[in-house]
Amino acid sequence: MSAIPLTPHVSDHQHPWHLPYRGRIGMYCLILGESAIFIIFVLAYVFYIGKSLTGPTPQQVLEVPIFNSICLLSSSVTIWLAERNLEHRKMKPFALWWALTIVLGLIFLVGTGMEWHTLIYEKGLTVSTNLFGTTFYSLVGLHASHVIFGLIGLSLVLIFTLTGHVKEEHAERIQVLALYWHFVDAIWIVVFTVVYIIGR
Amino acid sequence: MADSTFPNPAVPIAGGAHGALDVTPPDVRKHSVLEILHSWITTVDHKKLGILYMLYGIFFLLVAGAEAIAIRIQLAVPNNHFLSPQVYNRFFTMHGTTMVFLVGMTMIFGFANYLVPLMIGARDMAFPRLNAFSFWVTAFGGLLLYYSFLGGSGLYGVGNAPDVGWFAYAPLTARAFSPGHATDYWAIALIVSGFGTVGTAINVVATALCMRCKGMTLMRMPLFVWLFVVVSGLTLVTITPLTAAQIMLLVDRYLGGHFFDTQAGGSAVAWMHFFWIFGHPEVYVLVLPAFAIANEVIPVFSRKAIFGYAAMVAASVGIAFVSLGVWAHHMFTVGMTSASNAFFTLSTMLVGIPTGIKIFNWLATMWGGRIRFATPMLFLTAFVFQFLLSGLTGIMLAVAPWNWQLHNSYFVIAHFHYVLVGAIVTAIFGGIYYWFPKATGRMLNERLGKWHFWLFTIGFHITFDVMHIPGLLGMPRSIYTYEADRGWGTLNMIVSIGGVIQGIAVLIFAYNMIVSLRSGEKAGNDPWDAWTLEWATSSPPPDYNFATDPVVSSRRPLWDLKHPEDPDWKYEA
Repeated sequence: MSAIPLTPHVSDHQHPWHLPYRGRIGMYCLILGESAIFIIFVLAYVFYIGKSLTGPTPQQVLEVPIFNSICLLSSSVTIWLAERNLEHRKMKPFALWWALTIVLGLIFLVGTGMEWHTLIYEKGLTVSTNLFGTTFYSLVGLHASHVIFGLIGLSLVLIFTLTGHVKEEHAERIQVLALYWHFVDAIWIVVFTVVYIIGR
Repeated sequence: MADSTFPNPAVPIAGGAHGALDVTPPDVRKHSVLEILHSWITTVDHKKLGILYMLYGIFFLLVAGAEAIAIRIQLAVPNNHFLSPQVYNRFFTMHGTTMVFLVGMTMIFGFANYLVPLMIGARDMAFPRLNAFSFWVTAFGGLLLYYSFLGGSGLYGVGNAPDVGWFAYAPLTARAFSPGHATDYWAIALIVSGFGTVGTAINVVATALCMRCKGMTLMRMPLFVWLFVVVSGLTLVTITPLTAAQIMLLVDRYLGGHFFDTQAGGSAVAWMHFFWIFGHPEVYVLVLPAFAIANEVIPVFSRKAIFGYAAMVAASVGIAFVSLGVWAHHMFTVGMTSASNAFFTLSTMLVGIPTGIKIFNWLATMWGGRIRFATPMLFLTAFVFQFLLSGLTGIMLAVAPWNWQLHNSYFVIAHFHYVLVGAIVTAIFGGIYYWFPKATGRMLNERLGKWHFWLFTIGFHITFDVMHIPGLLGMPRSIYTYEADRGWGTLNMIVSIGGVIQGIAVLIFAYNMIVSLRSGEKAGNDPWDAWTLEWATSSPPPDYNFATDPVVSSRRPLWDLKHPEDPDWKYEA
């Protein structure tokens, strides 16, 4: 069809037609939905604090994962530096900061794995031991699964970067993925506060 | 675009010109069945996916309708043993789950898929491949749910569908009380289809915000699109809590967790809260699309612009927000504090304000208009009336002391079926009669449509008006049968007869679709003389919807086109 010849309103031509980037809006929506999932799990955790009928309790077995948390939170800074470099077409620093983000995420995952190993095999806390075990592994596990998904995405970008497929024009897409990573980090602040500070 | 089989579009002549399809060169090449199947399975075209959603929803409407008829036969007379108690429990569980998740959710997203891009002058959704993924995931979830009839307790225990009610209260869902895998099918099927739902919701929001044609500001979007932005936003924060609760349920059932295990300090009431945090906004996820259809059909058939556009937008957003704070009115009998009871009574009554604004706006749109009672308008008129009545019983049930008397009685069943059937299904029927010509190029038969409408509406009122009374007399929901001396027999027989009449009406509707698809009257581009952009292109639209991007300057672009001497944009601030 030729353009629908609607009488154009005069004012329409005064400003150009700008719409938001669909990837960014889509990611905001995903984050909204994910937040609702986390809210329910956090509510469950808070509601069941101190309701376990048997031990062990959080005070007895939990240690505050400070190093882990510093790694994960600083990965938000490194990914931001990577984004900035990509915008300025500096591909090498971009790849370096991006790879460092992945390493920091991996350290966090390994740290969580070691924490769980200690809890399960030395301190005898499993998902079925008591309510604390059920809610702890569910909430921390839900977050860890998001870290895993994020790392898969980040690694794909790194592979494409090393094979030379990522260019400056992809900056907007990569920022969408970075947005997800920032979300995963922000959720950790909530989980950390609830599990290791309020609940302990 | 996914397939290139559609003939080149005619130069569409907006302004109600009929027969644009006639001037298109006919597609002479014959397609094999495999080619056609391949084009539908691999499609990423929002129109084809929309039609797939609708067909899928209509199929499960027939399935869930058959389950409802079986339930009504069982309840028609006292001491009946038409179904075994176990099968009866499975049927009401599957009926509820199917209607909400496989019929309601799929049909509303069918409408969204087909119409949102067309109405905003876009060529497809924002994420076409995500769109296809979402549909097939949802479809797989439905198959998984129904596979439970075969696989629920392993291949040897055939016939073990979920039987825990559609709200699956703890501790009935615990492994000790629901052995086998039926409950797991329920949870996993809904988690899987929930992923698809969330994907589509993301897609609809992104499409409406990022794909609008030039000149279509937010306050010029058709109300239909506005409503679907609200519905999708609400879906994002509604389906996800259910997913979270179902993950907890699976942790309990498979890993020995204690979320809802009262013997280990867990809480069955927590499940109720989590479920209804999903369950009540879900009602609005389903009913707002009915409003969306009303917002398009009522003005066109009253020959007037919608009354109070801005108020309608505000009321829709208002309903979405209020609906997030009313869930515990499903739980008055659990024993909450007086403060909680008062809060949830008042917040629930608050819903009456924005919905009241909407009803008055529809009435004001019809007021003084030249109303044409074609089948779509008949359905939407019934919708306004029936939605009002369902709202009134809703206000009654919002009052905590009244609710204590009638909780889980047939009065509640009658109330929510009044919303789901009297408002939502009725509006969806009207919407199908309205947009079927656009999707297929042929009109639905008007004579069969009137039969469908009158039989369905009369059957509806016979069933659901009468159903309030056994509820007031104390008949509880989900009971298998009842004694003759309760005095519920005659009433239940009347309710069941009404159900059968509705069933006949739905069969007429299915017949009408098949007949009209083959030999219905040609529709032309714009059979209803309507005003939104989907009527500016051919019927059915080409793969790319619009050959050049439309430019709009008011809320009714086709009105401006047809009435250049008196365009709308002169009056819209």
